[in-house]
Amino acid sequence: MTARRLSLVDLAIRYGFLLLMAGLIVYFSIVAPAFLSPQSAVFVFQSVAITGILALGVTATLVVGGFDLSIGAVATSALMLSAYVMVIWEMSAGVAVALCLLMGATVGLLNGILIVKLRVPDLLATLGMMFLLVGLQRIPTEGNSISTGMALPGGGAAQGTFSPAFLMLGRHRLDFFVENLVPLSVVFLLAIAVVVWLFLEFTRHGRLMYAIGSNAQAAGLAGVNVNRYKIVAYMISGTLASFGGILLAARLGRGDVASGNNLLLDSVAAALIGYAVLGASKPNAFGTAVGAVFVGILLQGLTMLNAPYYTQDFVKGAVLVVALVFTFALSGRNGRGRV
Amino acid sequence: MADQSIRITGLTKAFGRNQVLRGVDLAIPAGQVTVLMGANGAGKSTLVKILCGVHGADAGRVTLGDVPFAPVSPAAALRAGVVTVHQNINDGVVPDLDVASNLMLDELAEGGRTFINRRALRARAREIAAAVGLDLDVTRPLAGIALAERQLVSIARAMSHRPRLLILDEPTSSLSTAETDRLFALIERLRDEGVAILYISHRMSDIRRLADRIVSMRDGAISGVFDAAPLDYSGAVRAMLGHEITEVDVTIPAPGAPVLAMQGVVLRQGARRFDLTCHENEVIAITGLVGAGKSALAAALFGLGAAVEGQVSLDGRRHAPKGPADAIAAGVFLAAKDRLINAVIADFDISRNLTLPFLRRHAGPLHWVRRGSELARTRAMIAMMGVVCQSPRDGILTLSGGNQQKVMVARWMAEDCRLLILDEPFQGVDIQARRDIGRRIRDSAARRATIVLCAEIDEALEVADRIVVMSEHSIVGSHRNENINVAAIMAEVVEAPHHARLGAEGNPTA
Repeated sequence: MTARRLSLVDLAIRYGFLLLMAGLIVYFSIVAPAFLSPQSAVFVFQSVAITGILALGVTATLVVGGFDLSIGAVATSALMLSAYVMVIWEMSAGVAVALCLLMGATVGLLNGILIVKLRVPDLLATLGMMFLLVGLQRIPTEGNSISTGMALPGGGAAQGTFSPAFLMLGRHRLDFFVENLVPLSVVFLLAIAVVVWLFLEFTRHGRLMYAIGSNAQAAGLAGVNVNRYKIVAYMISGTLASFGGILLAARLGRGDVASGNNLLLDSVAAALIGYAVLGASKPNAFGTAVGAVFVGILLQGLTMLNAPYYTQDFVKGAVLVVALVFTFALSGRNGRGRV
Repeated sequence: MADQSIRITGLTKAFGRNQVLRGVDLAIPAGQVTVLMGANGAGKSTLVKILCGVHGADAGRVTLGDVPFAPVSPAAALRAGVVTVHQNINDGVVPDLDVASNLMLDELAEGGRTFINRRALRARAREIAAAVGLDLDVTRPLAGIALAERQLVSIARAMSHRPRLLILDEPTSSLSTAETDRLFALIERLRDEGVAILYISHRMSDIRRLADRIVSMRDGAISGVFDAAPLDYSGAVRAMLGHEITEVDVTIPAPGAPVLAMQGVVLRQGARRFDLTCHENEVIAITGLVGAGKSALAAALFGLGAAVEGQVSLDGRRHAPKGPADAIAAGVFLAAKDRLINAVIADFDISRNLTLPFLRRHAGPLHWVRRGSELARTRAMIAMMGVVCQSPRDGILTLSGGNQQKVMVARWMAEDCRLLILDEPFQGVDIQARRDIGRRIRDSAARRATIVLCAEIDEALEVADRIVVMSEHSIVGSHRNENINVAAIMAEVVEAPHHARLGAEGNPTA
């Protein structure tokens, strides 16, 4: 309780997860020496860039004691929307990006209004929104994927293309010691992670959001506009999810109706693993980023060891369960009673 | 001795390096009410939690009659006949179930048939309710009944176990006078039936009414046992604190200019209209039963709910806040009651809790929180309020109840205001912390008007220049705190108790 010196359990809670990650890196680099190359490291980051960005959005809603299940659907909607704007409407990359971000923010706003004003429980509201978006994104193309030259329902073929500027978002690589090393999406992930972390940990708004997550009633009586902050949290989540969808579209180069299936579960897993990092026992941006990278390292390592693809979900699930045990059982706290 | 129902010998318990119980020796005889007094942090709650099976003891033994008693779970304690009614009402009930299921919860949890015979369940539940004189439709969902009735439901449920030892932890803190009387009658009946009763309270009025013996606890051990009639109440308080408690001497200063003026205010439909003026450098205590309208008054001033009619002005300007933020901006602060529900941010440390409403003052460009400024203010407030802690970075829940309460009051004293309202600031704190908080409220009162809401007249007498009595959502009396006639105040308090809505009013936002 008030003990100054850290006991073994405290140490395990605080550094256990980082140690586990270091151990994994050492293990993988011994059994598969190529694992330690810069290319491999970049691959890890690239594979988690999009889920990491989505996870940072979910973290914002977790901080205010909410939850957002619609992020995966928002991301795939942004994927389809950007393709539709550029390929069928033949508009520019800038318009596509702007419309996608606007769509994400609007969905977040609607989620927030459903939860705050209409008092629908957060899990149900965002689950409903998820179904709604999954259906909606397929209506304009009658369930087909979007690519240049596709047949349009009204006759004729789609003439537009993904502009090079847009594709750059997902494919361009910056020189970093080695030529063409760091993909732009990784830079976005790191930048967004730093900004969200600074915002949540060090600004007044972040502090008040944590206060709402811990005791909304008390925060309200201290003069905090609880509803407004909750809505803002869902808008952050929706906007980041749509940005993730833009990056996915830029990487794929087509509006593929089948992609993005794993986005929701992977990003939620990253955010929840984040609870265990440094014994935070609460949603936090740093932990979320580490959680995403952790999953990436694990999958990259297993791939290099030639583990079959179908074991991936099992491994992710196992990591998540272990992380939750770190957070809730070892630290002896009852957690926040939900999630 | 055969009549001694419960014997505790050499009980110790530590949490980490924090030795909470240092060898408790206590006998709780059957057929008597043993009152347990202790300052916050003395170890009362830990002792109770060991007796009701939540914690295990490190060493020592407990015997029930002649049988050793070491419950491994609350259910085991219940089976052995040790029944506990907790202070926090919602700990003892399930709001989503109906009254009948709540009354029968332990039997349902015990096992038995998979399918529930509703009719039998309700019939049995009605018997249990009737046994404690609780007249209530058992099919109603618990969430729909008043707080005080929920308390009675949890007590009725406890009674249905034919307890050998009944532990009550501050059971009257949310009850009105009528309900308190009903509870006390019940306790007395059980005592006469030979049940051993351990009653924990800070309220002297309860203690005077019920106690057959008083046991004082201090620093994790028993510091005094008082069982010779007449009971030595001041001796018990001395044993609990380890020193004398001085009487509070209120010197009433000359009040300054009027700050708050309420004229022709009607708090709710059908209530009588009233006027109230609060001056600078004046501390007003508003007393009255639970549900007399004290919290409704605070809610109206803090923007949580408007009065039906009437004019309210603050320093001559109209005061009609739309919400807490509005009220705070106008200079009206409210330290809400029930700190764990309405005030404490459990995940935060002391400093983050303290600066919550005024974080803007500690934020720089880009809303960046300046931690240094925040910690400096916290250190100053810790020193001013005499909060016992290691550092401003201590988690708020590592503090004892009294110190948590000091932080919650300090939160609203950290900035200047025009009107400070404190709703039950002495709730669940021991007498020393109560005096500390009361003194700080008075010492800092010079440049604002202060309203303290408290149901206990003793508390009002310690803190106020003027005592205002509320009943039925209106003001029925006002007394300068000088040679005061307590009987006259009591008469006003209970002026029309049958009309007062018993406990219908929960917290100010309800």
